[in-house]
Amino acid sequence: MAKHTICALVENRPGVLVRVLNLFRRRNFNIDSLTVGRTQREEYSRLTMVMEGSRKEADLVEKNLFKLVNVIHVEHLEDTPAVARELALMKVKTDQETRREVTQLCDIFRARILDVAPDAMMIEITGEERKLENFIELLRPMGIVEMVRTGVVAMGRGEHTLKDHGYQPQRFPSSARPTVL
Amino acid sequence: MTPTDTNQRAAPAPIAEAGPVPGTAVPRTEVPRTRGPRTPGPRTLNGAQILCESLLKEGADLIFGYPGGAILPTYDALTEYPAIHHVLTRHEQGATHMADGFARATGKVGVVMATSGPGATNLVTGLATAMMDSSPIVAITGQVPLPLVGTDAFQETDVTGVTLPITKHNYLVTDVADLAHIVKEAFHIARTGRPGPVLIDIPKDIQMAETPFIWPEEPVRLPGYRPPATADPVRVGSALELIKAAKRPLILAGHGILMADAVDQLRHYAEATHTPVALTLLGKSCMSEEHPLCFGMMGMHGNAHVNEAIQQADLLIALGMRFDDRVTGNLATYAQSAKKIHIDIDATEINKNVPVDIGIVGDAKVVMQELLSQLNDTNVEPNPEWVDQIRTWQLDSDRRELIRDDQEPLDDRPGLDPKKLLAGQVMRDLCKYTKGEAVTVTDVGQHQMFEAQYYQHKRPRTLITSGGLGTMGFGVPAAIGAKMGTDDSVWAIAGDGGFQMTMMELATAVQERVNVKVAVINNGFLGMVRQWQEFFYDERYHATPMVNPDFCKLAEAFGIPTRRVTQRSQVKDAVLWAESITEGPVFVEFVVEKEDIVYPMVPAGAALNEMIRRPIPGQEEAVPEIALGTVANSGV
Ligand SMILES: Cc1ncc(C[n+]2csc(CCOP(=O)(O)OP(=O)(O)O)c2C)c(N)n1
Ligand SMILES: [Mg+2]
Repeated sequence: MAKHTICALVENRPGVLVRVLNLFRRRNFNIDSLTVGRTQREEYSRLTMVMEGSRKEADLVEKNLFKLVNVIHVEHLEDTPAVARELALMKVKTDQETRREVTQLCDIFRARILDVAPDAMMIEITGEERKLENFIELLRPMGIVEMVRTGVVAMGRGEHTLKDHGYQPQRFPSSARPTVL
Repeated sequence: MTPTDTNQRAAPAPIAEAGPVPGTAVPRTEVPRTRGPRTPGPRTLNGAQILCESLLKEGADLIFGYPGGAILPTYDALTEYPAIHHVLTRHEQGATHMADGFARATGKVGVVMATSGPGATNLVTGLATAMMDSSPIVAITGQVPLPLVGTDAFQETDVTGVTLPITKHNYLVTDVADLAHIVKEAFHIARTGRPGPVLIDIPKDIQMAETPFIWPEEPVRLPGYRPPATADPVRVGSALELIKAAKRPLILAGHGILMADAVDQLRHYAEATHTPVALTLLGKSCMSEEHPLCFGMMGMHGNAHVNEAIQQADLLIALGMRFDDRVTGNLATYAQSAKKIHIDIDATEINKNVPVDIGIVGDAKVVMQELLSQLNDTNVEPNPEWVDQIRTWQLDSDRRELIRDDQEPLDDRPGLDPKKLLAGQVMRDLCKYTKGEAVTVTDVGQHQMFEAQYYQHKRPRTLITSGGLGTMGFGVPAAIGAKMGTDDSVWAIAGDGGFQMTMMELATAVQERVNVKVAVINNGFLGMVRQWQEFFYDERYHATPMVNPDFCKLAEAFGIPTRRVTQRSQVKDAVLWAESITEGPVFVEFVVEKEDIVYPMVPAGAALNEMIRRPIPGQEEAVPEIALGTVANSGV
């Protein structure tokens, strides 16, 4: 089972995310992470999803996503050199003794310490999924009391961009909030 | 009156004034509520009027619907648009099936309208039916006023939420200025690519809000919706390589052929290469079943020789069909010796159920045209022995056949009681005495399969049936809708069970004076379920026998002329009688053998050629043991 990263450009219209999620639920696609966010243009949003499965399953996800009317373009990032990043915030139990050790680990992993309390530290780390996982495993014995990960965002390298097929927002929906939610 | 009496009655007096003739144009000056300056510049109209104008722009002059509070402004506006004919149904489900039947018979988009809440939820079954069978309909629902949306207001339902998975696309209109665009988009999406239902939910205040009406004349351009317009010549070329190498090719022709209007291309191709053709249920009528290369239906209740051919073929050319589980049987054993070419407009269908060697995404007509043009420069060696082989298998099917022509001497073979009327005989005679020219619209169950087996269709779009969803209650309303779109003779064929799900639509047929022939195949059972109970549940007939009303009296109560048929000798007369009536609906009840079985049958989960066959008289054959729970038993 390989991991697949799929990016999609979608119209910024209410309900689009629901359509995407409904598709995953209904076809039983196993999605590891899904992120949605704004782009350089307010008319569209961009999704990044990571899924585990065969290439055939990834192709099905790709094709089904593209079938949605509001999905402008879909791309499997395996087909192009790409950068993928994820951010995590975590709170680790610390005391006099362990604080130093955690700080050292943060240095090595280029993680940032955001907050220090007498018995806990909040850390921010950004990087590839694998790096985050290694870091988390090292901290786990000390006691991670809270953690949140954003899920992966990704982008192809070089000049390559997700095609928008000359997308021009229509005059409508004139009143609708420009959001995929 | 004895049951066999002819209860012929005059067509009832019209209940209401005859509706306006659909298609009559309204001169602009007759639209009374036009506001604002007439020229120059666009007229200011309210949402309801804009909707009506937009429907006419899309050529939609027939609406099947049911009013209610949240859609009332639109119903009021309809009074100003006599060019749009509204058909009042008796239930919103019936309205969706009518729009669906109309769409399937004509190839146009069917339109259905309902109010918010319960009106809209009643559309669900019809939308799901249309979605599964890729039927183009546009549904318009009223919604509570925008400020009330989300407050659990009276008759508020999240209709775009409810219908999201059962529509191709849907809209909640939030600004009246968007309405014309949305209507245009909805029709475009419904009818192009792989067609399907599109719903537009319009809050009541949007129907009343005013704005200048500007019809978007430019073609719809949706960045995320680009149905394939061409066929990849390289892929078609590689398909041709497989075709040249094949010795035992078989075409699997589906609904896509009819929708893409690729009937001629299919026949040309089959004839040019001498390739036999098998049909899916929805593909029936895409090639004349009298054609020597057309072998009829495949699948669960398909012809055994067709299923055998699929299993023995070395090349399957699947055209506009989707390898539904009802046509493949057990996937692990499906057509193992065949290479597969799959041509479909919907990319997600390719490699979904059956892995294929070559997938071509495109409109069946466009792809077939490309294939035919490449064929011109190639030599495909026909293999008449393969077709002969299928004909040999067919002999075995013929040997088991009980249903003979009604002119042949009555059969005295064991297993056939000449005094009993069989549903298969009804279908065979119906086909014979309508010369295979009628449009038949079936419900779901045994009678549906008997129709598919014994009614040999000749012309495209002459069988309308709920295939993908298998919706009981579809037949009668869909037939009414179909008849409103065609001059052909239209027969609804329903079981006694399914008929009772939507029989109130007889009143719609009467009110609209629709000349639909309604045949109820009365076997006193939910026959198809009873068959499964007989085969797989030790004949425990639980919840399948039905105490039925007197169907003829019932139809008479609607004011419909009726006949009841209990003997084969009466079938011809009844059919000709029904055909002779050209005003309003006609009703014929066929009282048939209660415990009939649709043979052959692939039990769910079995291989396609492991069929339960009709025993040859005198030569009892054991029904294969099907271990329940060990197979994916998806049921009826
Ligand atoms: C709405 C709906 N409910 C239940 C079923 C399951 N079902 C399939 S066939 C059938 C029996 C149909 O009986 P009838 O209409 O009398 O037709 P027959 O099989 O007897 O010809 C049933 C209950 C269905 N297909 N649709
Ligand atoms: Mg029945």
